[in-house]
Amino acid sequence: MKGGRVVRENRGLSKRLIKLSFCVAAGFFLLLTRLWYLQIIKADTLFDLSESNRLRSVPVAACRGTILDRNGVVLVSNSPSYSLAVIPQDVVNKEALIDSLVRLLGLDRDELLERWEKGKGRARYVPIVVAAGITRDQVELLEENQFRLPGVDVEVKPVRLYPFGTMAAHLMGYLAEVSDQELAADRYQHYNAGDYVGKNGLEKSYENELHGTDGGRRIEVDARGHYLRTISETNPTTGNSLELTIDKNLQQSAEKAFGQEAGAAVALDVNSGEVLAFVSNPGFDPALFSGRMPPDVWKSYLEDKRHPLENKALKGQYPPGSTFKIITALAGLEEGLIDGKATVECTGSYKLGSSKFNCWNRHGHGVVNLKRALKESCDVYFYELGEKLGVDRIAKYARLFGMGKPLGIDLDNERGGLIPTMEWKEKRFHKKWFPGETPPVAIGQGYVLATPIQLASMIATVANNGTVYRPHLVKRIIDPDGRTVKEFGPEIIAKTGLRPESFQLVKEGLFAVVNEPKGTGSMARLYEVKVAGKTGTSQVVKLRDSKGNEPYQFRDHALFVGFAPYDKPEIAVAVVVEHGEHGGSAAAPIAGKILRTYFEEKGVIAKPVRHDASAAGSDKPAAQPAGQPVQLPAGKAD
Amino acid sequence: MIDRRLFTNFDWTLFLLVLLIAALGVVNIYSAAYTYAPVGTPYFLRQIYWIVAGLGIIATVCSIDYHIFEDTAYWLYGGMLFLLVVVLVVGRTSMGATRWLNLGIITIQPSELMKIIIIMALARYFVDFVPPDGLTLRDLLYPLLLVGIPALLIMKQPDLGTALLVVMIAASMLLYVGVRWKTVAAALLAAVPTVWLAWTRYLRDYQKNRILNFIWPERDPLGSGYHIIQSKIAVGSGGVLGKGFLMGTQSHLRFLPEQHTDFAFSVFAEEWGFLGCLVVLLLYMVLVLWGLGIASRCNDRFGALLSVGVSAMLFWHIVVNIGMVIGLFPVVGVPLPLFSYGGTSMITTMTGVGILLNVSMRRFMF
Repeated sequence: MKGGRVVRENRGLSKRLIKLSFCVAAGFFLLLTRLWYLQIIKADTLFDLSESNRLRSVPVAACRGTILDRNGVVLVSNSPSYSLAVIPQDVVNKEALIDSLVRLLGLDRDELLERWEKGKGRARYVPIVVAAGITRDQVELLEENQFRLPGVDVEVKPVRLYPFGTMAAHLMGYLAEVSDQELAADRYQHYNAGDYVGKNGLEKSYENELHGTDGGRRIEVDARGHYLRTISETNPTTGNSLELTIDKNLQQSAEKAFGQEAGAAVALDVNSGEVLAFVSNPGFDPALFSGRMPPDVWKSYLEDKRHPLENKALKGQYPPGSTFKIITALAGLEEGLIDGKATVECTGSYKLGSSKFNCWNRHGHGVVNLKRALKESCDVYFYELGEKLGVDRIAKYARLFGMGKPLGIDLDNERGGLIPTMEWKEKRFHKKWFPGETPPVAIGQGYVLATPIQLASMIATVANNGTVYRPHLVKRIIDPDGRTVKEFGPEIIAKTGLRPESFQLVKEGLFAVVNEPKGTGSMARLYEVKVAGKTGTSQVVKLRDSKGNEPYQFRDHALFVGFAPYDKPEIAVAVVVEHGEHGGSAAAPIAGKILRTYFEEKGVIAKPVRHDASAAGSDKPAAQPAGQPVQLPAGKAD
Repeated sequence: MIDRRLFTNFDWTLFLLVLLIAALGVVNIYSAAYTYAPVGTPYFLRQIYWIVAGLGIIATVCSIDYHIFEDTAYWLYGGMLFLLVVVLVVGRTSMGATRWLNLGIITIQPSELMKIIIIMALARYFVDFVPPDGLTLRDLLYPLLLVGIPALLIMKQPDLGTALLVVMIAASMLLYVGVRWKTVAAALLAAVPTVWLAWTRYLRDYQKNRILNFIWPERDPLGSGYHIIQSKIAVGSGGVLGKGFLMGTQSHLRFLPEQHTDFAFSVFAEEWGFLGCLVVLLLYMVLVLWGLGIASRCNDRFGALLSVGVSAMLFWHIVVNIGMVIGLFPVVGVPLPLFSYGGTSMITTMTGVGILLNVSMRRFMF
């Protein structure tokens, strides 16, 4: 024994060690049962949880189908676009990050913050796009500074590319992020927030074809949501392409012909209903709607009196004015109320009961037959005829030509115009039809409204002697491998059943309108091809003071409907120039240019030699009859 | 000093058991820290260095007769109390709440060392005083002071886990010495109204919430509860056989907090499954029971008390740590001996093991 230490024996306490050992065993048993519970009973659930922790599926946007014109010219295609996204859960310091982004990329702080706030409330670790359409240079800057910017992500998405800029913007429509309301609808049930969808025009009506099938990637991420690797991948399928009936050159020349004027033009193939040109002027830049719309541009769109955002060809409803006389004339001929010889004396006005209806020519046209009445657009002749026909008979014939309801063109929200009847008035206003309301209807005023598409279809039906085709814009749907998925041929909506002789008599009048002295449509004349047509000038306001001094929005609309060639019609065209005042001076020249381009394309008319420096020279209305003052629409804009 | 009998009586089983667990720990740290890229030496290698240092401590502790602790226990205890106070003072004035004390060349953590010292001090106290019928309430006065003062000082740092462990080690030793049933009952009776009074009268709502979240982490799944939920997912997703070495997704994708230190076992459980856990738990249980066995074979009361204390220290570390990782207990920062990465824990554990070996090899000397 060292140091005299007293060692105390310890027998008494040893018994307790056995109890303690049991306590120890019990402690370990407790741990083991818990492990049993977690690792055996709950193993499957917890394994699934661990998988959902690390795996995420990321949709890969499909490349949208392209849009081609009837000759294969690409009108809308795609290019990659980079957007800057943040994953809020990964961001260490939001303020500092926004500071760096503003400093590094020169982005707008308020916009960043606004988009950031908007994206809140989405699932964890889902990126929020805070700046769309950033440049390649900005992407490089971001990549260089990646490690100093935790939570920042660059996303690549295909966006629309418009090689011809604003051309046919209304027809194409534009893409924008799917809205919350749209997401709630069945049509978009497979879409995710942030997806781009067609909002208008063909992009919308053919969304299902164009969109393609989004692919997806299952990726592994770490606890902070950083991408580690791709587990599996399904490739997106590119959407189908559309081959349109539109001819790009015709479209371009039609838009150019409008210049600064507001209005719409539709050109149809009279034998198939194919839409060759579809113009609503002025246009807008569809690319701006997918990205960041500059506020000043947006403001200018909204404030422009010419309403650039409106699709006037599809939704604009105008009183057809004198162009409607074609219908009245055909109705009279079919009902046996007039023939080619019967005459009416125009004294400048027409009296019905106590009402007096003026002809546009206050001096009167004298004695006129049908041909002259059409050629010089005598109102009195049609007042009288209309009175004889009555409003319901006029309406019957108008409807035969597809007026008064949508024709069913392959675009959403087509308007139907309006063809009044007695019954309609009763229903609409709970009032009887007054006899005095019929004469204005006979000359396309009063309640009558028509869309440019309807006017084009009407004149095309006249041209082909009575077959109403459904106007359509898409010729073929083509899959990504170039195979035709679907082809759209001519679809006959109705046949008017009118006698060819009636059409012949009216057509002779329409030929005279364009080609004979005193014809109101001479500015649509081509020397190489015979053109027939009808002008129209429709009142916007009923009471007018002095001509020519009204504010823009009260001026008359100018219209022209026509077709060519006269003998064997191929193309029909309807032109509406809003507040253009005279159909003959504002609308007819535009129709003439469209027709000229059509026949130039066909090789019927020799193309003028183009001087490279002045392409505009080719637009000189070479077909203008000599001596006629050439009034460019641009000059009338204000 | 070095007796041949000491060498022949060296407890190789215990020694090898410790080395085996430590080796498993190194393998696990290799995986746990696989995706971390620390500057310089990787964690598993550093852990090996700590093990080597621990072996040095075992050698040192073994080479001296443990009875020297009997003579110096109160002095060591007093010195450690002083250091605890110093830590509080220096900590307050310099770096806020800190557990470390810079002694120039090395930094020490007095609270960690206190776990060993309290064992020595209590053993020293009960060498002279063992009432045959168990401890009465009055008998508890001095032992409670002995434990209470350092526990409060450690709690002040604040280091709740270590304070709790000091108390639990002491309580285990008291149970070994023997406490009367009446005493236990009285203590419990006193505790119930105290807790009730504190809960209804003194604690504010936010404090109660904090305590409730502490006990039930699911109350706050994205805040304090996030880590414990992720840890349970890691353990459970391992299933029976585990996901395989280096294949743990929860750990490698960093869903786990502190995965190479306090949550090391969660990494192990995910990769090695229930069977792996069973093996490790068995090894640990054998370790603790072996310590108690040394106490039972020891004829000397001081040696027996030391062994019981060290076994209790190991036991409570293991149970509290694993219990926390598998969601049985609230999250308290208690490392798993020999498994968690860290020098301090390794030194404390190895000192304890050294004491066990020391007692074991000198059991025939009296």
